Amino acid sequence: MTQVRVLAGTRKGAFVLTSDGKRDKWSVSGPHFGGWEVYHMKGSPADPDRVYASQNTGWFGQLIQRSDDGGATWQPAGNDFGYAGGDPGTHLWYDGTQRPWEFKRIWHLEPSPDDPDTVYAGGEDAALYKSADGGLTWTELTGLRVQPSAPGWQPGAGGLCLHTIILQKSRMFVAISAAGTFRSDDSGETWRPVNRGLHSEGIPDEDAEVGHCVHHVEAHPSRPDTLYMQKHWDVMRSDDGGLSWTEVSGNLPTDFGFPIGVHAHEPDTIYVVPITSDSLHYPPDGRLRVWRSRSGGNEWEELSAGLPERDCYVNVYRDAMAVDTLDSCGVYFGTTGGQVYASADSGDSWAPIVRDLPAVLSVEVQVLS
Amino acid sequence: MTSPGASPGAALGTQVRVVLPAHLRNLAGVHGEVLVCLSVPVLTQRAVLDAVESRYPVLGGTIRDRRTGKRRAFIRFFACEQDLSNEPPDAPLPDAVAAAIVAGTEPFLVVGAMAGG
Repeated sequence: MTQVRVLAGTRKGAFVLTSDGKRDKWSVSGPHFGGWEVYHMKGSPADPDRVYASQNTGWFGQLIQRSDDGGATWQPAGNDFGYAGGDPGTHLWYDGTQRPWEFKRIWHLEPSPDDPDTVYAGGEDAALYKSADGGLTWTELTGLRVQPSAPGWQPGAGGLCLHTIILQKSRMFVAISAAGTFRSDDSGETWRPVNRGLHSEGIPDEDAEVGHCVHHVEAHPSRPDTLYMQKHWDVMRSDDGGLSWTEVSGNLPTDFGFPIGVHAHEPDTIYVVPITSDSLHYPPDGRLRVWRSRSGGNEWEELSAGLPERDCYVNVYRDAMAVDTLDSCGVYFGTTGGQVYASADSGDSWAPIVRDLPAVLSVEVQVLS
Repeated sequence: MTSPGASPGAALGTQVRVVLPAHLRNLAGVHGEVLVCLSVPVLTQRAVLDAVESRYPVLGGTIRDRRTGKRRAFIRFFACEQDLSNEPPDAPLPDAVAAAIVAGTEPFLVVGAMAGG
């Protein structure tokens, strides 16, 4: 029997939500790691029972947890995240001075599609790590951080965070706030910025090679050259593996937002959650809406059925949207108000599957046969 | 304040009491105080913490920065109603404190700094 498992990381712990393939009745387990921030949890495509979680607090630092039974039980894995090569160098700080790289937390975990023991982690201050032993030990892929533009990277308001990792065999993409998107064609050994076409009014050179506050990037597995990006402002699309980008915000009510999602079976169908502005992190008019484009952007439709019509002032964070792979594609997102909404019909209708969690930081979904 | 003079050491196999904050007790899978075994000529903050991390490796990096060895900013070290947080980690603990810890009459407390506002 098909089972669907939603992994929700929150400000105060991790939760695992399960349902059958109908996705209308859900059970909730958790909190796991109660009281800790769980920035991200993700299951291995190669072994869905292997789940990784990033657990952090300002008090006790960073931990990585690993489950081998789908999130029922957990074991601490390795938390030795350093910067390889001795002196880590410096990057640009808010006040314009150079500041040494300093590890703070892991924002995103990306398990290998082929090997449950191989997993990548995106850190703050921006760095990419790899583990080949199930998270016990971590090695920095230094080619990214020694990339020539790195000393000019400056943190966004949320920190200098590497929050997006896309694995396409030897080709990889990462995105860093507020540096931009970077591409490697040699399994992470060397990197180059791929931000041509991005335009950001908040930086001195609006078309600079780096310095853009990319919020999230997604790609459909069947069309690896096409990337979709929710930038600080602007929804962007690339059809050449990131070499150039064009804006596809079209008729969105606002093109500020954090997550972007791609339908599991329709690579031209994408989802965003428009947020009022960079200074007003809640939906326009207090009405929570998902907007869907079936044309890869530019033409968008408002999805409202089942979503709050009024007095809703939550945000949806960059890693808090996911899709499942059932025939009728499920779409999920979590809010800072602690709700996780789900649609079992590609976004046509929505319902909360849990309402009162701590602020949701991330949502991932697994389909289990 | 660290007092001058030699701090009492911990003879081979001396067990000292350590109180961990709730989150770290959960992480280490323990309840209540823990006992760690010390054998050092002079009792220091570092000696106690090394013993804690040796017995509970999962706590590595959660009390002190792995790279620098410095106390994490929101961690405090107390004993005998004294704040030892800002004492040099290799300085001998004050005589009375060390004596009480070695004797087992007082624990070494690892405390999460108060949050509020």
